[in-house]
Amino acid sequence: MIKAKRPKLELLSRPFIKKIVAEALVLLEKQGVFVENKEALRLLREAGMKIDEPAKRALISPELVEKCLSTAPAVIKLYDRFGDKEFIVGEDWVHFNPGSAAVTILDHGTQAERKAVTDDLVRFTRLVDCLPNYDFQSTGLISSDVPEEIADSYRLYICLQYSSKPAVTGTFRVEGFQPMYEMLLAVRGSAKSLAERPLAIFDACPSPPLKWSNLTTQSLIDCARAGIPSELISMGLTGATSPVTIAGTLVQHVAENLSGLVIAHLAQQGAPVIFGGSPSSFDMRRGTTPMGAIETMMIDSAYAQIGKYLRLPTHAYMGLSDAKVNDAQAGLESGTGAVLAALAGINVVSGPGMLDFESAQSLEKLVIDNEICGMAYRLIEGISQRDEPLALDLFQDFRQGTQFLTMPHTRKWYREEHIFPSITDRETYDGWVSLGKKSMTDRASEEAERLLREHQAALPDEAVMRELGKIMKREARNAGLTDLPASEVV
Amino acid sequence: MTEENLFERMAKAVVEGQREEAEKLAKEAVRRRMDLLEVIEKGYVPGIQKVGELWEKGEYFLPELITSAECMKAAMAVLQPELKKARIDAPSKGKVVIGTVEGDIHDIGKNLVASMLLAYRFDVYDLGADVKLEKFIEKAQETKADFICLSALLTTTMLGQRKLIEMIRDRDLAGKYKVLVGGAPVNEKWAADIGADGYAENALAAVKLASRLMAK
Repeated sequence: MIKAKRPKLELLSRPFIKKIVAEALVLLEKQGVFVENKEALRLLREAGMKIDEPAKRALISPELVEKCLSTAPAVIKLYDRFGDKEFIVGEDWVHFNPGSAAVTILDHGTQAERKAVTDDLVRFTRLVDCLPNYDFQSTGLISSDVPEEIADSYRLYICLQYSSKPAVTGTFRVEGFQPMYEMLLAVRGSAKSLAERPLAIFDACPSPPLKWSNLTTQSLIDCARAGIPSELISMGLTGATSPVTIAGTLVQHVAENLSGLVIAHLAQQGAPVIFGGSPSSFDMRRGTTPMGAIETMMIDSAYAQIGKYLRLPTHAYMGLSDAKVNDAQAGLESGTGAVLAALAGINVVSGPGMLDFESAQSLEKLVIDNEICGMAYRLIEGISQRDEPLALDLFQDFRQGTQFLTMPHTRKWYREEHIFPSITDRETYDGWVSLGKKSMTDRASEEAERLLREHQAALPDEAVMRELGKIMKREARNAGLTDLPASEVV
Repeated sequence: MTEENLFERMAKAVVEGQREEAEKLAKEAVRRRMDLLEVIEKGYVPGIQKVGELWEKGEYFLPELITSAECMKAAMAVLQPELKKARIDAPSKGKVVIGTVEGDIHDIGKNLVASMLLAYRFDVYDLGADVKLEKFIEKAQETKADFICLSALLTTTMLGQRKLIEMIRDRDLAGKYKVLVGGAPVNEKWAADIGADGYAENALAAVKLASRLMAK
């Protein structure tokens, strides 16, 4: 039987990859990176790197980069909250998860963006929990009804309760790591168990060009020591905060990611790090950061290819749109991005549900994008041989009027070969009219409501719930909040 | 080369974004002891005005806009000290204290606005990024500023804009400085909600807004 050929997108030739990596290494060695974190500077100094102390600038040698790369895991495994289901982050596995940390939600009723509150976050989390094409959860919305000081840990608190999928998350403040770590420990039971079965990925975003802020560096260090995978989110804007050419931006992207890997590895050798990012093709007219631009997707696909060459797990922000509502642009950009990401074999693809340059989430879009991701998964499964011979048997009694509908072969394979969308319109015209002439967004909204009504999330056991509550209440009190917002949706 | 020729070349240098040329021509004007106010008005200003027109027509994009503003800045850096020496008041359209509010290290947008204001002959005191709110008020008092311009890229730091306006009110300084706000998450509604004097969507709009408010 002939196995399916994995369809693959590769934008760069091998010599081009080598050239980009070579320039990135020179950049790190000659220009270095700014590191605004004392401990990281100390670690770099102790590793023999040249540090310009007043400027907080570190020059990183190619030898150190090579050394870190040689012990960096090419594959990271994540586990769901039960610790049972394993997800391989590496090779050509693709895991879609919603775009993270949106500040607003697109309200379907008013078709306007508004600040998200606890109920939105709960609904978001529950919906992602039951949509099958999202392998990971993301702490996707910032809840405006809790103080900013606890906004990061509060997202994880809600996420861990209402979903059992692994989470992509991150800190907003240096102090945010401790309670978030405690929450993950509460679920896993011990530090050892958490390190063996990671439940969450933490995003760490360098500031382009080539700068590691105190917060993000600390997150790298803390995660490395706790065995939590760090996802490096380099985000150059072509022609604004990174070179305008795609290849030039790739050089900076690779240098930023490699410097992040080095910092994480100096804190803990062999620490799990994901080669990722959220760069974009800067809009030279409006100064915006279009995530749906084809050039953005080209940068993503290309750096992911370089990440694979370096034998690191990869991540990108794709499958999202800059549209403000769920219109044709939203579908166009999200669909293109998700398909390209899948073809490029990017391991963690963050983006579904997102609109308006990573700033808004939409429940309807989550439902639509789930369908898009399903198509992308089907695409990369490819075409395989199911039978021997392929079809000749089916034509044995061939005559006028032969049909295939009643053949056992059809019944045997149709569900394997074809996927069945739930909200994509495949009605006849009259059928569509009789169903109320609804748009995809309307159907998606109804589907979201149905899923939220019917979905029974598996909650953590009571002791874990109590512990999570204890940690969150303590943080809330420290931030001056007497009680946590009550959620009406449970 | 006649003065007219020189003026044309100054305008052209600004329009085409030739920074060294703009600077060289300014030095030439000083060497020739030309009327420097006239040099600004007839040479450089028509250049930046042309750039503004090209931007509004959609022909010029940010790279052209910002390099032209840099040309203007380079020329003014030559001319202003000379004007000062001659005790001539450099033409200023207003004094602006600008910066990105504390907790926020993003400054591309703010730099664009600062450069354009400067190019349009505002006196600009750029405090940089991650600026303590107190610092804005101090600088505004020290320079007798007309405007305090606050940039924020994050929804969290955006709150600093509201806070500064409250601080101004608390200290009975309301009305003394016009507070203008900008940044990706900021919009007209937010500006109105927090009681700012104005909001501008892009750098050129900021120049127009400030010019309009000065004319009032």
